[in-house]
Amino acid sequence: MEKNFDLLKELVGVYGPSSNEKAIRDFITKEIKDFVDEIEVDSLGNLIVRKKGNGKKVMISAHMDQIGLMVIDIDENGFLRFTNVGGISPSVSLSQQVIFENGTIGVVYAEPMEDISKRKLENMYIDIGAFSKEEAEKKVGIGDICIYKSEFAENENVVFTRYLDDRVGCFIAIEAIKEISSPKNDLYFVFSVQEEVGLRGAKTAAFKINPDIGMALDVTSHGDTPKAKRFAVGLDKGAAIKVKDNSVITHPKVKELLVNLASKANIPYQMEVLEFGGTDSGAIHTSREGVPSGVISVPTRYVHSTVEMASKNDIINCQKLLVEFLNDELNI
Amino acid sequence: MDTKAFLELLCNENGVSGYESNLNPTIIKAFERYTDEIKVDKLGNVIALKKGKSLDSSNNIKIMIAAHMDEIGLMVADFEDNGFIRFTNIGGVDPRTILGQEVIVHGKEDLLGVIGSKPPHLQDPEEQDKAVKMEDMTIDIGLSKERVQELVNIGDTITINRKLQDLIGSRITAKALDDRAGIAAMLDCMKELNQINHEADIYFVSTVQEEVSMAGALVGAYNIDPDIGIAVDVGFGSTPELSKSKTLELGNGPGITLGGNIHPNLRKKLINVATEYNIPNQIEINAGPTGTDARVMQITREGIPSLVLSIPLKYMHTSVELVDMKDIKDTGKLLAFFIASITKESLEGLLCY
Amino acid sequence: MLLRELTEASGVSGNEKEVRDLIISEIKDYVSSFKIDRIGNIIAHKKGKSTGKKLMITAHMDEVGLIVTEIDNMGLLKFITVGGIDKRILVSKTVLVGKEKILGVIGAKPIHLQKKEERTKALNLDELYIDIGASTKEEAEEKINVGDYVLFSTKYTEFGDDLIKAKALDNRVGCSLLIDLVKEVEDIEFYAVFTVMEEVGLVGAGPAAYEVDPDIAIILEGTLCYDMPKLDTHLIPTYLNKGPAISLIDRTTIYNKEMRDKIVGIAEENNIPYQFRKTSMGGNDSGKIHIAKEGAVTTTISVPCRYIHSPVSVMSRKDYNNTFALLKAILSEFKREVL
Repeated sequence: MEKNFDLLKELVGVYGPSSNEKAIRDFITKEIKDFVDEIEVDSLGNLIVRKKGNGKKVMISAHMDQIGLMVIDIDENGFLRFTNVGGISPSVSLSQQVIFENGTIGVVYAEPMEDISKRKLENMYIDIGAFSKEEAEKKVGIGDICIYKSEFAENENVVFTRYLDDRVGCFIAIEAIKEISSPKNDLYFVFSVQEEVGLRGAKTAAFKINPDIGMALDVTSHGDTPKAKRFAVGLDKGAAIKVKDNSVITHPKVKELLVNLASKANIPYQMEVLEFGGTDSGAIHTSREGVPSGVISVPTRYVHSTVEMASKNDIINCQKLLVEFLNDELNI
Repeated sequence: MDTKAFLELLCNENGVSGYESNLNPTIIKAFERYTDEIKVDKLGNVIALKKGKSLDSSNNIKIMIAAHMDEIGLMVADFEDNGFIRFTNIGGVDPRTILGQEVIVHGKEDLLGVIGSKPPHLQDPEEQDKAVKMEDMTIDIGLSKERVQELVNIGDTITINRKLQDLIGSRITAKALDDRAGIAAMLDCMKELNQINHEADIYFVSTVQEEVSMAGALVGAYNIDPDIGIAVDVGFGSTPELSKSKTLELGNGPGITLGGNIHPNLRKKLINVATEYNIPNQIEINAGPTGTDARVMQITREGIPSLVLSIPLKYMHTSVELVDMKDIKDTGKLLAFFIASITKESLEGLLCY
Repeated sequence: MLLRELTEASGVSGNEKEVRDLIISEIKDYVSSFKIDRIGNIIAHKKGKSTGKKLMITAHMDEVGLIVTEIDNMGLLKFITVGGIDKRILVSKTVLVGKEKILGVIGAKPIHLQKKEERTKALNLDELYIDIGASTKEEAEEKINVGDYVLFSTKYTEFGDDLIKAKALDNRVGCSLLIDLVKEVEDIEFYAVFTVMEEVGLVGAGPAAYEVDPDIAIILEGTLCYDMPKLDTHLIPTYLNKGPAISLIDRTTIYNKEMRDKIVGIAEENNIPYQFRKTSMGGNDSGKIHIAKEGAVTTTISVPCRYIHSPVSVMSRKDYNNTFALLKAILSEFKREVL
């Protein structure tokens, strides 16, 4: 299977922490504008693009925001204290490089502690190499958000990178937008904002679109590494069809349809019963009078780290399954 | 249909949150005799409308009654090489209540299984003081892995194998009485309403997914946009380990909840109706949002004045939940007389703070 | 198979009457004589070709259960366990109380009102009680007496790949095998002994062995099976579907090696699968029988049962059939005076 992952490589590198999604929104707009009928940005910043069709109104949601670190204080010596935007863990963040929207680079480090298991974000700081408060303030302000900086890498099997969550969802959505030339259904692709802080973008987008069916594209966890918590999802075993997580129980008919479509088209798939976490479908399915919703997930190792890893085959299979789904009659 | 026979059908059927549609035929069959139209909405709520009689019936006030049809349960998460099933929970399941249970795995067909326990002979003495974690339990359906995977898929739901049974007096035990007892109370309410006039259009909603997200009541209330929302759910029955102030006595009628989730004047009206018609009831206090469908009804659209009636139930979220049929009957009766007492004319005044 | 009636019958240790009556009605036409001894054991004698050695085959009739110790002011029943029961398996079960088998439930505190740590601790017996739906002590006392025995209310069900789920497979499976032997074996003399109160300390077996005074005894049991995934194999006492389990050692007996070797030989000659019971935990009536009077040679042959001493034990019909085949083969050797 030859597929070019250069676009994914670009996507993961574009700045866009929750609530600061402008750069990534502009990037995606440029990428898809020639393939869609309508483009709109709503008041929260969701990018909503429509590919017109006569069938069901479908909302496809991939979130474009990233987790990040927000500066809350700059001390006399120019060190930055921060809080989390989304699920930032102390152990993952230690000794990572971070980058601000204006290109300022810093490293995350921690105060010395006797018991490092007790380390919290409040014991950590960002060092941008400034030697005074004044120098630091020239580059960074309170409230600025930085994101992890790390190199994209790939081999024949997998990609290793920051922010697969959820730029891989965006990648799949963009590829589908390009692939589907004459849509059977009325497709609203939403590149949503603020998923990482509570599915906020998807909520307003779903209310606005008022779709018949919802479909989120996101990463899920894994259970196939040493001593991993039991979870019957692993890398390179196919597209994951979500049964449940903490935000949604997939509508049984949507789940069945995805399974049937995957079987028919010989797309490898696995069933995902996730005991934690949530994604945009959690917000979509309870919108207005209710929206039957599902999720296609990319099995991903080390989610919310700088080395998230996913199988190229799985990504391709997720895209295939999405296209099969969008080209179906969707009689649910 | 006899209310207890109806409740028995409901409790013996399976309908774990998200997978409630098995219950639809039973509910529709029982409700259609007493209501004017029934529909199933997009998330699976069964909405039965009983129209009210008023001069201008196109502009009736609307009362939504919600009782949830979903039950807590388990879900297949993985398979072991010897065919044993690993599982997780849907809704609040105390792992201590499922050890040594018979279960039904709802695969391609219903399959009996057992959540096995370690023989006491092989245990260290201290072992028995620690509860077994759910992740350490397995379900044995007596088939090889190959056969299991032909019949069962990850994501299939699992319920405890339990049928409704009579205890002494008017008490019964079953799984899923939380909140199928509430649905039975709605049936009793419809029967009462057949005898009395009411102005309001009544939407009897058997809601989905209360145990996980209240998604059903949320979209149902949005859809119906009622003037009053009433959740009929179960309340903690009094047992020795619980303090009296937090519980309801079985046989003493429904609990009428008081607190932030409840519209105070409507509640007063409800108490007055109970007093007038001599219907036993008890007070239940809950300061903030309740753990019922009223939690989401109250904040739907521009806000909906809400009430909660609680049927006393012992051993909530176990497979041996226990209720008194008398309380269900009294709940239905109180609902009906309350509904009949609400007129378009009086409502405005009632809702004034 | 008689197992349905046998496992659904009431027979908590000390209260075996219902099981005893059922067994007697089954065997009475097939034995030369039988009696119920002073403590409730059935001692049946089947005449046939004698070999000069007295053979006794036994199975205990009793099962683990509960007994009501108190009726409280709310009409709830306090209880203690009879025999080895893991208290953790009692929660959220239905039970049958007393002669009239009044239905009751053992409930639990709602999860909503628990603190998170509570869920990691097992509930103690003094926190558990049986609720029959009574609201007062008087109402409960109309139906229940202190001292009433309590049974699990499990129904016998066949499921899976030729498996059986029931309560009390330990040891109604042994009773069933022994009844089948009494009915089917024609020409060999032996004593069929159904004992009481094995689960509370091998109470019945001693007096029975004293009376019969056997040279050789075969004890039939439903035994520990714990073939769980990912368990080291030395920790698995027996497997389901691998045939009758022949005991090596347990807490009460080191089994005679010569006898065991003979039985293994018989199994192999007849192509009957067998396994050894690999744990030294547990014990059975053999403990009393092999040291009664001048002693006896004993062997224990068991059907592996998963989840024993719980309301839902599981066994394989294949194992039952293979165990029965092995027993018949042993008896036909006995006839040829090999044993």
